[in-house]
Amino acid sequence: MTYIIYFSLTIMIFGLILSAIRFIKGPTAGDRTVALDTMTTIGVSGVVLISYLFNRYIYLDVALIYGVLGFIGVIVIARYLEKAL
Amino acid sequence: MSILEILGGILIVIGSLFLFLGALGIYRMPDVYNRLQAGTKATTLGAMSLILGVGFLMPDWIMKILIIIIFIAYSNPISSHALARAMHLRKRFMFFKNEEIDAYKEIDKN
Repeated sequence: MTYIIYFSLTIMIFGLILSAIRFIKGPTAGDRTVALDTMTTIGVSGVVLISYLFNRYIYLDVALIYGVLGFIGVIVIARYLEKAL
Repeated sequence: MSILEILGGILIVIGSLFLFLGALGIYRMPDVYNRLQAGTKATTLGAMSLILGVGFLMPDWIMKILIIIIFIAYSNPISSHALARAMHLRKRFMFFKNEEIDAYKEIDKN
Protein backbone atom coordinates (compact mmCIF):
# COMPACT_ATOMS: atom_id res chain seq x y z
CA MET A 1 0.00 0.00 0.00
CA THR A 2 2.95 2.31 0.66
CA TYR A 3 4.14 1.97 -2.94
CA ILE A 4 0.69 2.99 -4.20
CA ILE A 5 0.90 6.15 -2.06
CA TYR A 6 4.39 6.92 -3.39
CA PHE A 7 3.20 6.39 -6.98
CA SER A 8 0.24 8.74 -6.48
CA LEU A 9 2.41 11.40 -4.86
CA THR A 10 4.86 11.23 -7.78
CA ILE A 11 2.10 11.68 -10.36
CA MET A 12 0.66 14.59 -8.35
CA ILE A 13 4.07 16.26 -8.19
CA PHE A 14 4.28 16.10 -12.00
CA GLY A 15 0.87 17.76 -12.18
CA LEU A 16 2.03 20.40 -9.71
CA ILE A 17 5.06 21.13 -11.94
CA LEU A 18 2.82 21.56 -15.03
CA SER A 19 0.52 23.94 -13.12
CA ALA A 20 3.55 25.89 -11.88
CA ILE A 21 4.79 26.32 -15.47
CA ARG A 22 1.39 27.74 -16.44
CA PHE A 23 1.44 29.90 -13.31
CA ILE A 24 4.80 31.39 -14.33
CA LYS A 25 4.26 31.95 -18.06
CA GLY A 26 0.47 32.42 -18.25
CA PRO A 27 -0.37 35.38 -20.52
CA THR A 28 -3.13 36.93 -18.41
CA ALA A 29 -4.04 37.18 -14.75
CA GLY A 30 -6.92 34.74 -15.22
CA ASP A 31 -4.59 31.95 -16.36
CA ARG A 32 -2.41 32.45 -13.33
CA THR A 33 -5.43 32.36 -11.02
CA VAL A 34 -6.72 29.13 -12.59
CA ALA A 35 -3.28 27.58 -12.17
CA LEU A 36 -3.24 28.72 -8.52
CA ASP A 37 -6.65 27.10 -7.93
CA THR A 38 -5.45 23.81 -9.41
CA MET A 39 -2.26 23.92 -7.34
CA THR A 40 -4.32 24.49 -4.19
CA THR A 41 -6.56 21.48 -4.89
CA ILE A 42 -3.57 19.24 -5.64
CA GLY A 43 -1.96 20.49 -2.43
CA VAL A 44 -5.04 19.62 -0.35
CA SER A 45 -5.03 16.10 -1.79
CA GLY A 46 -1.30 15.79 -1.13
CA VAL A 47 -1.71 16.82 2.51
CA VAL A 48 -4.46 14.20 2.96
CA LEU A 49 -2.19 11.53 1.45
CA ILE A 50 0.68 12.56 3.72
CA SER A 51 -1.74 12.38 6.66
CA TYR A 52 -2.40 8.74 5.79
CA LEU A 53 1.28 8.03 5.16
CA PHE A 54 2.44 9.38 8.53
CA ASN A 55 -0.72 8.16 10.36
CA ARG A 56 -1.48 11.57 11.86
CA TYR A 57 -5.13 12.55 12.33
CA ILE A 58 -4.40 16.22 12.95
CA TYR A 59 -3.06 16.83 9.42
CA LEU A 60 -6.63 16.64 8.06
CA ASP A 61 -7.26 19.96 9.81
CA VAL A 62 -4.29 21.40 7.91
CA ALA A 63 -5.84 20.21 4.63
CA LEU A 64 -9.25 21.70 5.50
CA ILE A 65 -7.82 25.11 6.47
CA TYR A 66 -5.61 25.16 3.36
CA GLY A 67 -8.67 24.51 1.21
CA VAL A 68 -10.62 27.32 2.91
CA LEU A 69 -7.77 29.81 2.44
CA GLY A 70 -7.29 28.89 -1.23
CA PHE A 71 -11.03 29.28 -1.90
CA ILE A 72 -11.16 32.70 -0.25
CA GLY A 73 -8.04 33.80 -2.14
CA VAL A 74 -9.47 32.82 -5.54
CA ILE A 75 -12.79 34.57 -4.77
CA VAL A 76 -10.98 37.76 -3.72
CA ILE A 77 -8.77 37.76 -6.85
CA ALA A 78 -11.81 37.20 -9.10
CA ARG A 79 -13.72 40.07 -7.50
CA TYR A 80 -10.64 42.27 -7.90
CA LEU A 81 -10.37 41.42 -11.61
CA GLU A 82 -14.02 42.43 -12.04
CA LYS A 83 -13.09 45.85 -10.61
CA ALA A 84 -15.78 45.27 -8.00
CA LEU A 85 -13.63 45.21 -4.86
CA MET B 1 -5.44 -7.42 2.43
CA SER B 2 -9.11 -6.68 2.92
CA ILE B 3 -11.66 -5.46 0.42
CA LEU B 4 -11.62 -1.92 1.83
CA GLU B 5 -7.88 -1.59 1.23
CA ILE B 6 -8.16 -2.78 -2.37
CA LEU B 7 -11.04 -0.36 -3.02
CA GLY B 8 -9.15 2.51 -1.38
CA GLY B 9 -6.01 1.85 -3.41
CA ILE B 10 -7.98 1.83 -6.67
CA LEU B 11 -9.72 5.09 -5.72
CA ILE B 12 -6.39 6.73 -4.81
CA VAL B 13 -4.79 5.79 -8.13
CA ILE B 14 -7.85 6.99 -10.10
CA GLY B 15 -7.86 10.28 -8.17
CA SER B 16 -4.17 10.98 -8.72
CA LEU B 17 -4.52 10.23 -12.45
CA PHE B 18 -7.43 12.68 -12.70
CA LEU B 19 -5.43 15.34 -10.83
CA PHE B 20 -2.55 14.88 -13.28
CA LEU B 21 -4.91 15.08 -16.26
CA GLY B 22 -6.42 18.30 -14.92
CA ALA B 23 -2.97 19.85 -14.60
CA LEU B 24 -2.11 18.65 -18.12
CA GLY B 25 -5.26 20.41 -19.36
CA ILE B 26 -4.08 23.56 -17.57
CA TYR B 27 -0.79 23.31 -19.46
CA ARG B 28 -2.12 22.38 -22.92
CA MET B 29 -5.41 24.23 -23.47
CA PRO B 30 -5.36 27.42 -25.59
CA ASP B 31 -7.82 29.73 -23.82
CA VAL B 32 -8.70 30.78 -20.29
CA TYR B 33 -12.21 29.27 -20.53
CA ASN B 34 -10.85 25.95 -21.74
CA ARG B 35 -8.31 26.00 -18.95
CA LEU B 36 -11.11 26.62 -16.43
CA GLN B 37 -13.10 23.72 -17.88
CA ALA B 38 -10.19 21.29 -17.76
CA GLY B 39 -8.61 22.47 -14.55
CA THR B 40 -11.68 22.69 -12.35
CA LYS B 41 -13.89 19.71 -13.20
CA ALA B 42 -11.19 17.06 -13.53
CA THR B 43 -9.49 18.37 -10.40
CA THR B 44 -12.75 18.26 -8.41
CA LEU B 45 -13.39 14.64 -9.38
CA GLY B 46 -9.78 13.66 -8.69
CA ALA B 47 -9.63 15.28 -5.27
CA MET B 48 -12.97 13.82 -4.16
CA SER B 49 -12.00 10.33 -5.32
CA LEU B 50 -8.57 10.46 -3.69
CA ILE B 51 -9.85 11.74 -0.33
CA LEU B 52 -12.64 9.11 -0.34
CA GLY B 53 -9.96 6.48 -1.00
CA VAL B 54 -8.07 7.62 2.11
CA GLY B 55 -11.39 7.39 3.99
CA PHE B 56 -11.73 3.77 2.88
CA LEU B 57 -8.21 3.02 4.09
CA MET B 58 -8.80 4.68 7.49
CA PRO B 59 -12.45 4.09 8.52
CA ASP B 60 -12.04 5.98 11.81
CA TRP B 61 -11.45 9.27 9.99
CA ILE B 62 -14.58 9.18 7.85
CA MET B 63 -16.38 12.16 9.45
CA LYS B 64 -13.66 14.75 8.83
CA ILE B 65 -13.00 13.29 5.40
CA LEU B 66 -16.68 13.72 4.52
CA ILE B 67 -16.45 17.34 5.71
CA ILE B 68 -13.46 17.95 3.39
CA ILE B 69 -15.25 16.25 0.45
CA ILE B 70 -18.41 18.35 0.93
CA PHE B 71 -16.34 21.52 1.18
CA ILE B 72 -14.46 20.74 -2.07
CA ALA B 73 -17.75 19.84 -3.80
CA TYR B 74 -19.23 23.26 -3.13
CA SER B 75 -16.20 25.55 -3.13
CA ASN B 76 -14.58 24.50 -6.43
CA PRO B 77 -17.54 25.28 -8.76
CA ILE B 78 -18.13 28.59 -6.96
CA SER B 79 -14.57 29.78 -7.55
CA SER B 80 -14.68 28.56 -11.17
CA HIS B 81 -17.90 30.47 -11.79
CA ALA B 82 -16.52 33.66 -10.23
CA LEU B 83 -13.37 33.46 -12.37
CA ALA B 84 -15.31 32.86 -15.59
CA ARG B 85 -17.59 35.80 -14.82
CA ALA B 86 -14.62 38.08 -14.12
CA MET B 87 -12.85 37.03 -17.31
CA HIS B 88 -16.02 37.60 -19.34
CA LEU B 89 -16.55 41.04 -17.87
CA ARG B 90 -13.01 42.09 -18.85
CA LYS B 91 -13.80 41.34 -22.53
CA ARG B 92 -10.28 40.71 -23.75
CA PHE B 93 -9.66 36.99 -23.71
CA MET B 94 -11.77 35.47 -26.49
CA PHE B 95 -10.04 32.58 -28.27
CA PHE B 96 -12.54 32.64 -31.15
CA LYS B 97 -12.54 36.21 -32.37
CA ASN B 98 -15.84 36.32 -34.26
CA GLU B 99 -18.19 34.76 -31.80
CA GLU B 100 -21.75 36.02 -31.91
CA ILE B 101 -23.45 34.14 -29.10
CA ASP B 102 -23.27 36.01 -25.81
CA ALA B 103 -25.78 34.52 -23.40
CA TYR B 104 -24.50 36.47 -20.41
CA LYS B 105 -25.38 39.81 -22.00
CA GLU B 106 -28.93 38.64 -22.68
CA ILE B 107 -29.29 37.62 -19.07
CA ASP B 108 -27.84 40.90 -17.88
CA LYS B 109 -30.38 43.02 -19.81
CA ASN B 110 -33.36 41.55 -17.99
